[in-house]
Amino acid sequence: MADFKIDDTVDITDVVCPVTFVKAKVALEELDDGQILSIKMNDGEPVQNVPRSIKEEGHKILKLMDNEDGTYNLIVQKVGD
Amino acid sequence: MAVDYATLKKGGFMRQKQKNHFSLRLRVVGGNLSATQLATIAEVAEKFGQGHVHLTSRQSVEIPFIKLEQIEEVKKALGEGGVEPGVCGPRVRTVTACQGEAICPSGCIDTYALAKELDERYFARELPHKFKFGITGCQNNCLKAEENDLGIKGGIKVQWRENDCIQCGVCVKACRSNAITLENGKISVEDSKCNFCGRCYKACPTEAWDTVHGYIVSFGGLFGNSISKGEAIIPFIADKELLLKVCDATIQFFADHAKAGERFKFTLDRVGREKFEKVIQEVYQNG
Repeated sequence: MADFKIDDTVDITDVVCPVTFVKAKVALEELDDGQILSIKMNDGEPVQNVPRSIKEEGHKILKLMDNEDGTYNLIVQKVGD
Repeated sequence: MAVDYATLKKGGFMRQKQKNHFSLRLRVVGGNLSATQLATIAEVAEKFGQGHVHLTSRQSVEIPFIKLEQIEEVKKALGEGGVEPGVCGPRVRTVTACQGEAICPSGCIDTYALAKELDERYFARELPHKFKFGITGCQNNCLKAEENDLGIKGGIKVQWRENDCIQCGVCVKACRSNAITLENGKISVEDSKCNFCGRCYKACPTEAWDTVHGYIVSFGGLFGNSISKGEAIIPFIADKELLLKVCDATIQFFADHAKAGERFKFTLDRVGREKFEKVIQEVYQNG
């Protein structure tokens, strides 16, 4: 995670689709353009689908990091206000 | 008066259990109707039917309780609103389609455009038995391609483009077939595992993939009295003209070899699937 300056984090491992994406989207809305959010998500459906939904919202995905405990951190830069 | 039921059926009129009443099947392509068509259908159902319609399992609309003596009047009223009767019986049926890439984020092909093209090419063509085309935009298979005599499924063939890749690793997880690995900054795709779903490309933040949008075609599906899943012969058809040639050859094979009242699957079983495969391979190799 050293490569990125994380401005905020959100954990979506405690919710299921479609709330996973909604929770991530709300967290992104709190940020300013250019700020970076780390989204913690579960393996399986969330990691298969959430990155694409974030992309389709127009944000910039920087990295997907495997926490090697069945969760992943998706590093996203907010685009737009 | 003697009633020619075969002709009526050809024109989409299905005999009801109530004497002298017909359920009129309408021509719908790819599941789309305009608002004007819908308003016309509503009017006709009010005036000539019993004020309701039935949505069929294959995306058509039927207006029940049309009276035999009003058939011509009904056809005229529908025609004025751009609605035509559909077909029943031994011929090419409604071409069904999901919304496809024009609407759906998962879509890999323009299913509606293709449905219209197939409909114009084959609709109502006389054959030994019914013949169904179904088009689905992606591997999610909302339109159940393999239950059709000829099913078409959209797919995307991908090739990694290293220059644009940021090595984020999203594609590795987006792939449901575990075909993608990321090692030492390099992506590799195991071709034998790839099902052309296109999820890697769609999820990729930089779209670092060269893509070819194409078709996965299955043959001999049916889902009625007997149930059988259509099977592919060629893994991926990249070109629409070639797809149409494959469709032409399939219809011709069915017309040439099927017995009256025999669905395509049973023709394949009886004549030998290898014989059909040879025909399709020949078209695929030589166009």
